[in-house]
Amino acid sequence: MARVLINIPKEVRKGEVIEIKVLISHPMESGQRRTDSGQVIPRKIINKFVCTWNGDEVLSVDLFPAIAANPFLSFFAVADASGTISMTWVDDDGATQTELASITVT
Amino acid sequence: MVPRRQVLVAAAGAVLLSPASATETQVAALIKELVGDATLRQGRVKLDIPLLVENGNAVPITVSVDGPDRVRSLHVFAERNPLPNVANFYFGPRAGPAKVSTRMRLATSQTVVAVAKLADGSCWMDRIELIVTLAACVE
Repeated sequence: MARVLINIPKEVRKGEVIEIKVLISHPMESGQRRTDSGQVIPRKIINKFVCTWNGDEVLSVDLFPAIAANPFLSFFAVADASGTISMTWVDDDGATQTELASITVT
Repeated sequence: MVPRRQVLVAAAGAVLLSPASATETQVAALIKELVGDATLRQGRVKLDIPLLVENGNAVPITVSVDGPDRVRSLHVFAERNPLPNVANFYFGPRAGPAKVSTRMRLATSQTVVAVAKLADGSCWMDRIELIVTLAACVE
């Protein structure tokens, strides 16, 4: 499993806008590069990211090879209710990684 | 047996027919598909990228949309990358203000385009022409 950095506040007030920052370690091999012997290095990227808050979608992203290695994303959500923020990354090979963060809304 | 000249001509053609980069027309076609019948207007969307990029391998980019209207989606395109698409962002019911940041690759100096689709059906765009000194490696 790839290493993930997640930055989400632990406690927020209801209605507050919070920034969610995530970074996952991944080479994002674009499929455009070649080895020294001229063979194309096959594409292998994270092509999808989905973030939900208690099951409601916050943001979903289609990523393309033009996204840099170790894809970083920052976006905003409105604090509504305490619960779990779930973040899922989907790899080209079908592998998925889901990380959960709990948040308290007062 | 195939004459050598024909093989050479075919090989040259294959090289010419496989462009190494996306084109303005490709990006325009993608945007057209996205926008459909709606009119695409300049404004509301703000693309924030350094105008002079030192390292094309990881270029910080921020796209934001002004105004209180709900944004359905945001799309980023690069006109001279090997592939025109960069990222699509779809905002769900829990989303806050439509402002997203990431890091992208730029293969060469080019124009980057962002298109926003709002919930009311209107489409807005912004474009930035920038210079890349060290291109994202394709070798």
